[in-house]
Amino acid sequence: MELPIYLDNNATTPLDPRVLEAMLPYFTNKFGNAASRNHAFGWVAEEAVDYAREQVAKLIGCTEKEIIFTSGATEADNLGIKGVYEMYQDKGNHIITVTTEHKAVLDTCKHLEKLGANITYLKVKEDGLVDLQELEAAMTDQTILVTIMYGNNEIGVVQPVKEISAIAHKFGALFMTDATQAVGKIPVDVNADGIDIMAFSAHKMYGPKGVGALYVRRKNPRVKVTAQMDGGGHERGMRSGTLNVPGIVGLGKACELCRLEMDSEAQRLSGLRDKLESALTQLEESYVNGNVQHRLPHVANISFKYVEGEGLMMAMKDLAVSSGSACTSASLEPSYVLKSLGLSDDLAHSSIRFGLGRFTTEEEIDYAIENTKKAVNHLRDLSPLWEMFKEGIDLSKIEWAEH
Amino acid sequence: MAYSEKVMEHYTNPRNVGTLNKDSKSVGTGLVGAPECGDVMRLQIEVDENNVITDAKFKTFGCGSAIASSSLATEWLKGKTVDEALTIDNMDIVEELALPPVKIHCSVLAEDAIKSAINDYRVKNGLAPFELAKSHH
Repeated sequence: MELPIYLDNNATTPLDPRVLEAMLPYFTNKFGNAASRNHAFGWVAEEAVDYAREQVAKLIGCTEKEIIFTSGATEADNLGIKGVYEMYQDKGNHIITVTTEHKAVLDTCKHLEKLGANITYLKVKEDGLVDLQELEAAMTDQTILVTIMYGNNEIGVVQPVKEISAIAHKFGALFMTDATQAVGKIPVDVNADGIDIMAFSAHKMYGPKGVGALYVRRKNPRVKVTAQMDGGGHERGMRSGTLNVPGIVGLGKACELCRLEMDSEAQRLSGLRDKLESALTQLEESYVNGNVQHRLPHVANISFKYVEGEGLMMAMKDLAVSSGSACTSASLEPSYVLKSLGLSDDLAHSSIRFGLGRFTTEEEIDYAIENTKKAVNHLRDLSPLWEMFKEGIDLSKIEWAEH
Repeated sequence: MAYSEKVMEHYTNPRNVGTLNKDSKSVGTGLVGAPECGDVMRLQIEVDENNVITDAKFKTFGCGSAIASSSLATEWLKGKTVDEALTIDNMDIVEELALPPVKIHCSVLAEDAIKSAINDYRVKNGLAPFELAKSHH
């Protein structure tokens, strides 16, 4: 077992060696531009892109023509939301999203607000799930788009996508989902789920960074998005720019591997995740964040009360994890996702996200359990709050000097 | 962002972790920060009849830099007179630990903790508290 151990697979995943192997020729001798129509170099590249498009389409149950390649999920989110807003402006200007979305969605919505869009940011329930009745109540005849993520990047909660899309469609709105954390990890089928637009990315599923895709439905209904970049009219005019052929080949291969291995991988990872979670929640005053039934198989988000996340991560120095603690960001604000669940700031500061992946072993999880337990106990020995808690002092009754 | 060696050293081997008897007249306790902000420091000093700090202890809830700042503060406090202790400035801590700008608030908190402990000691012994005019927030 090599140290440090990587348990931050929601941030990014390592490239699968089989993906790398598929990509390599397209950096060197197969370097052609997929848009070159008049010679073999171009044809080889175009063929590779077409094949990748099929691989991607097969994973999510759509046709090849519905895949728009982008530079990643952030670009796909921007293209989907801004593109719909521009294309459907005469139908309405109302968009519904939720407060636990990724910044790529939230900040895009904020941008559109400045341009005149009316955005509803729905709150989530304590377990991180959308309240369907609230969603339905928020729908108006001006609503053109409901954009709600599939699986959450911080807590792994999986939204009731089918029910959400049904509500959107009932009111004549499109349904978009940022499925960056879900595609390749759990079954995602755009038809069964009623998805009209979907953003996802290669580097969260053992593919390369710098490539992603936007699914745009072509039938029932035919959806169009206005291009956000002007140029050569690539990708059916929706996304100009020379195609990143090696990246696209990598995304295709990554999708194929996920399709073939998802079931067994999900089962193995949820087993390891449950082992980690049940061992760590044996520590006093530790809590799992988010719904534990409807969630991704490979994420555990746990708050260890009375210790601060960044300090804790320093003690877990052989583990690469992440925290909702403010200290990990420049803003000094703890995770807005955890706060949306109604967690108090101090519990949000105390959270650690463990993200397991394809290459995580049981030995690593056993090590992580021991290392984390030791670190929590060490930090609690240093914590004045833990001492006060143990003395039976009610911390909420103390007048803290907020700074 | 990587931590400086000195922060790592104090974090890994924190000096003077513990608790003094807060009810003792010779002990001053400073509790600063707030759980909501992700930092709480408790710093205690024990002062002898010559106004010399003979012992200092801390416990901190916070990031590595907050723990290192309070550990360093206790190290500096021991052997100083109360008047000398009052001259410890947060920028001395920043310099010693090579704290980046985003962590300066940890040093500010440590300075506040020192002053608050000294004031607690003074009030307990019938002296007027010092004005903590310097506000960083």
